[in-house]
Amino acid sequence: MKQKTSEKVKQYLMFAGPGTILFFCVVVVPFVYGLYLTFTSWDGVSRAKPFVGFQNFADAFKDKVYWQAMGRTAIYSIFAVILINIVAFFLAYLVTSGVKGQNFFRAGFFVPNLIGGIVLGYVWQFVFNRAFVAIGKAITGGAATSLLASPSGAMFALILVSVWQYAGYMMLIYVAGFMSVSKDVQEAAEIDGCTHSQAMWNVTVPLMRSSFVQCLFLSITRCFVVYDVNLSLTKGEPFGSSVMAAMHVYNQAFTYKNYGLGQAEAVILFLVCAIVGVTQVMVGKKGEVAA
Amino acid sequence: MTDNEKAGRNAKILHAVKWIVLLLLFFCFIFPFLMVVINVFKTKADIISNPLALVGEHGFTLKNFPEAMKKMKFWTVFGNSFIITVSATVLTILISSMTAFVIVRNNWKFCTIVFSLMIASMVIPFQVLMVPLVSVYGGIFNVLNHRLTLILMHVGFSVSMSCFMFHGAIKTNIPLELEEAATIDGCSRWQTWWRVVFPLLKPTIATVGIINAMAYWNDYLLPSLVLTKKNLYTIPIATQAFYGTYSTDIGLVMAALLLAMLPILILYVFLQRYIVEGVASGAVKG
Repeated sequence: MKQKTSEKVKQYLMFAGPGTILFFCVVVVPFVYGLYLTFTSWDGVSRAKPFVGFQNFADAFKDKVYWQAMGRTAIYSIFAVILINIVAFFLAYLVTSGVKGQNFFRAGFFVPNLIGGIVLGYVWQFVFNRAFVAIGKAITGGAATSLLASPSGAMFALILVSVWQYAGYMMLIYVAGFMSVSKDVQEAAEIDGCTHSQAMWNVTVPLMRSSFVQCLFLSITRCFVVYDVNLSLTKGEPFGSSVMAAMHVYNQAFTYKNYGLGQAEAVILFLVCAIVGVTQVMVGKKGEVAA
Repeated sequence: MTDNEKAGRNAKILHAVKWIVLLLLFFCFIFPFLMVVINVFKTKADIISNPLALVGEHGFTLKNFPEAMKKMKFWTVFGNSFIITVSATVLTILISSMTAFVIVRNNWKFCTIVFSLMIASMVIPFQVLMVPLVSVYGGIFNVLNHRLTLILMHVGFSVSMSCFMFHGAIKTNIPLELEEAATIDGCSRWQTWWRVVFPLLKPTIATVGIINAMAYWNDYLLPSLVLTKKNLYTIPIATQAFYGTYSTDIGLVMAALLLAMLPILILYVFLQRYIVEGVASGAVKG
């Protein structure tokens, strides 16, 4: 049955028209327009958008503060991603080992994911500035300062909060990974003489490779563009020492009104993030094994 | 003691150790929330003098709530968040499932192009789009500061991911014969979609709905760029604004934070199973 083009168009518009139009208006057009903006020195107010060629990219590469923020983001991401995945895997192992009340624990560890980063950051700010300081005073018997007051402390706090925030989410993916590996395989290994932990590390874990690839991808892409928690927990303080790349891009564009430069820096951030994420997936998929 | 008994005893000890470790971790996970809950019923002076005490020296107080509610305009803000989340979620489900239906069932070139664009767009972080978005819709069309603008933007951003999930569900779960039978019985494409296919997609609808509703409810950056008028604020923006103004009045801050968290926590108590399952299946597919 051959359909006429007009019928095809009609059917497409009837079903997919709204979705396609919204997708183009909100994602595709701004993306292309954003690439155009990187070649202008727009200040956000005037109608004129003077064309400056690759000047913004040249400036972005010379922007010391930006590269400091990028370096900081890289350090933060490395620690956060590794810790998130270790904690999440460990939690998933515990809540699938048949312990009493494991569904309750599973639901409990997920709670931080229900609440937005802004609110979480403020809650933790209170915990760091008041509760931990009070505990510190009780232990040392003297004065104690908040972690958030020192640059390295603020970095540590950001990592801690991110691990706490995302571990429960990644745990769910690892739980699905554990469930997808049939118990028979592990039992067979144990009958063949493996100890429980040998069976776990040499049989179950390699079969869960796709869960690891996925969790790493999700945690890398999220950590690279961390913003909400950064804004509410440390606001970039003390002395701008905890400004992450996404916050720097925001400030560059909306606070200092360097829209073209900010956009160029955002594009660089995107490219770095995409390259790291995609490489990780490609390397990870290569060694995948099937049962 | 036989080996068997020994092994049994070891297993029991291991089980107990695991349980205690879980309990400790659980305590660590809820500790920040616990801090908010015990401090929200104290006066400012009590919180500052001892944030760890269960009850303050000046006793139990509910005073923080009405004041925080008034100052952050809780009901207005809650209403905004509610309207935006519900309408954007419903629209996302309808629009993206219909888009996916056409794309799965026809191998027209245009469909393939749109779908590939959607998949490619999923790696774009919001930071790359925020400047052009503000400049196009604020500078050229001047449509910021409307709830509808935010709703449509939310939908536009999540169409690709949701469409991808519906695409998978329709392709694997809905047999083509079913649609053919409906057509032979005299259904148009439109009727086939609404009466036969859409009702069969319930599990995916739940997953897509839950994931998107949570994202819309908690989103901060996009709403803060689109809605800058006070009477349009959503809960995350209002919390941020409130904190900026009253950060020294720690009792009020505690109340505001608890109020910001409460709606979704209450919902979680009732829909916990669905939310955990929905997020898990969405994460694994995504």
